[in-house]
Amino acid sequence: MTLQPNLNYINELSGDDELFKKKLISIFKKEFPEEKTVFLQNYTTQKWKDAAENVHKLKHKIGMLGLEEAYQVAIDFENELLAHKNTLFPKFMLILDNIEDFILPL
Amino acid sequence: MNSIIIDDEATARAILKKLCKSNQEVTLIEEFPNAIQAIKYLNQNAVDLIFLDIHMPDFTGFDFIQTIKNPPKIVLTTSDKNFALEAFEYDCIVDYIVKPITQDRFDKAIQKAKNFSTPTTELSISKNEETSTNNEENDLYVNIDRRLIKIDIPSIYLVEAKGDYITVKTEKKNYVVHSTLKKIEEKLPNELFLKIHRSYIINIKRIIDIEDNSVLIAKDVIPVSRSNRPELMKRLNLL
Repeated sequence: MTLQPNLNYINELSGDDELFKKKLISIFKKEFPEEKTVFLQNYTTQKWKDAAENVHKLKHKIGMLGLEEAYQVAIDFENELLAHKNTLFPKFMLILDNIEDFILPL
Repeated sequence: MNSIIIDDEATARAILKKLCKSNQEVTLIEEFPNAIQAIKYLNQNAVDLIFLDIHMPDFTGFDFIQTIKNPPKIVLTTSDKNFALEAFEYDCIVDYIVKPITQDRFDKAIQKAKNFSTPTTELSISKNEETSTNNEENDLYVNIDRRLIKIDIPSIYLVEAKGDYITVKTEKKNYVVHSTLKKIEEKLPNELFLKIHRSYIINIKRIIDIEDNSVLIAKDVIPVSRSNRPELMKRLNLL
């Protein structure tokens, strides 16, 4: 699975607008850990439907960083959670950790 | 086109703001992190176009569309391709864009919205607070924008208080009414409905199961307050 995030989408959207790019990254950096925390809270308390909703939201950010295969993992994991299954949890956490490592120095 | 954004995700709102700014056909007026705030705004203001997220906690994009009368043009923005078919059952939905949204795809949606004709752009939503019942018919009438809309009482499974509004949930539709839980409680038959929490009235015939201090009713898990639990247990046909 390709696990290297990139800023292609954000760069294309921003164009020459560096201010917007900075602002968008800063919103992303603030919102992503919050969403991850809420997801983990719901996951550990086995609130499957809520956890699936959280994965759904996180999916957008995964897509923003060009992680196409990871995006599909998120779709599959969301469906798993709705069926009260969790085999993709380790794979999904790897994706989230990878994104966190990528955005932290930005 | 005067537009608003409704999306609970700040990143998505920032992107949509940028996309709107880059398209000369669109003037962004307001943005909202939830549908309830948008309903309050639309109560006082008319818009031409709404960028609406489907997946939002408590009140989804589809709940929102069902709540407003004569909705303006709506572009759905979502991370889910699965709702495309359902989306086009609504006449007001112009386009359905999957996130992350590119400028090209956004511009295409705007072009569609521009060419899309709706019978009316007048916007009118749930805003009045009066409710009345016709006991003989077993119906509840809610006053939504000077129209009395009939709700079949047994079809109501949940009433939820949210600030100055209540959400009346039925099998088919949700209704947002400017009223209080106390007022609607007086109108609902006692044998069918019970207040189990300061924010919730449930139809006890629709309970699926009860676990600890919560009740599963349709798809909603509702908390039961300690003070209301004895009355709930009394009303159940326990083996």
